Amino acid sequence: MVRVLINVPKQVAANKPFDVKVLISHPMESGQRRDQLGQAIPRDIINHFICTLDGETVLDADWFPAIAANPFLSFSVVTDKSGTLALTFTDDHGVTQTELVAIMVT
Amino acid sequence: MIRLLALTVTALLLIGAGDRRSGYDDASPDTRAMQDDDAANPAFLWVQQGESLWPEPTGSAGKSCATCHGAVTTLRGAAAHYPAYDPKRGRLMTLEQRINVCRSEHMGAPEFAWDDDKLLSLSALVGLQSRGMTMAAEPREPFLSEGASLFRERMGQLNLSCAQCHEDRAGQSLGGSVIPQGHPNGYPEYRLEWQGMGSLYRRLRNCMVGVRAEPFGPDSREAAALALFLTVRANGMWIETPAVRP
Repeated sequence: MVRVLINVPKQVAANKPFDVKVLISHPMESGQRRDQLGQAIPRDIINHFICTLDGETVLDADWFPAIAANPFLSFSVVTDKSGTLALTFTDDHGVTQTELVAIMVT
Repeated sequence: MIRLLALTVTALLLIGAGDRRSGYDDASPDTRAMQDDDAANPAFLWVQQGESLWPEPTGSAGKSCATCHGAVTTLRGAAAHYPAYDPKRGRLMTLEQRINVCRSEHMGAPEFAWDDDKLLSLSALVGLQSRGMTMAAEPREPFLSEGASLFRERMGQLNLSCAQCHEDRAGQSLGGSVIPQGHPNGYPEYRLEWQGMGSLYRRLRNCMVGVRAEPFGPDSREAAALALFLTVRANGMWIETPAVRP
């Protein structure tokens, strides 16, 4: 389990875009670096990120090594009814984590 | 005449204060934007961890931070006074060292290593409570004078003092980066170069390794004295903890 900070407005207006901001605590080791003994440090990045709103895909992204540690992701979502955003990401070890956040439409 | 003199002195002091630049002022607009938005500031991942550690009982005494301190918000302003003199031990304490003393003396828990993420999480959480206040460390002697002379002492194979870069050449460039004045008003802070969180001690250590000197130990008198000098030098500046720096 890695630490995740998700920021969405407390309430959003129907059919008006709002920002979802996500910070994930992850080393995002690129696989290009070597340790003090000259051994390659194995790649360890989040390679897939998907966001769904009540099962409907909002954003589906493959990630690559040129992303800094503790990645920050910001994107817009539009919806006409309240629901639950599910943010799911998978790393190179095959570990998948899902974070849920409620969206309130007024 | 006296009034005029007083006005002049006041004006001089004001100019002196206005000339001090936070590392924030020298950072790029992108870096500033990261610090301005708590949702984009990676240091808040550490603050979040600190919030979960705060009420969690640990050690043989079965206490958590919250057992004695209650809500962390009661520590508003506490971080502004560090490093502080501890009369019981007769030495200076940084905020991180104070947290470790709490652990070993009151909680019966092992002390954290100086670069432990959990220690940084707790000091970031406590430091955040004082954000927006002004730095107010006590100019305690003889530590302050010791720190001041360390600041001007040449060290390392490059034979450079802190003052040569951060006073004489502040605002000029070192490679592609602007040399900041070196005010510790945002620690612990998230440094993009480190891709992680670090304390003021880590920054001092970094500089000392940079001039190829043997770094002062994490619990050394020298490191604490230098930290006190830098903090007193920045007294009155806004606390930005947890800051983002290049």
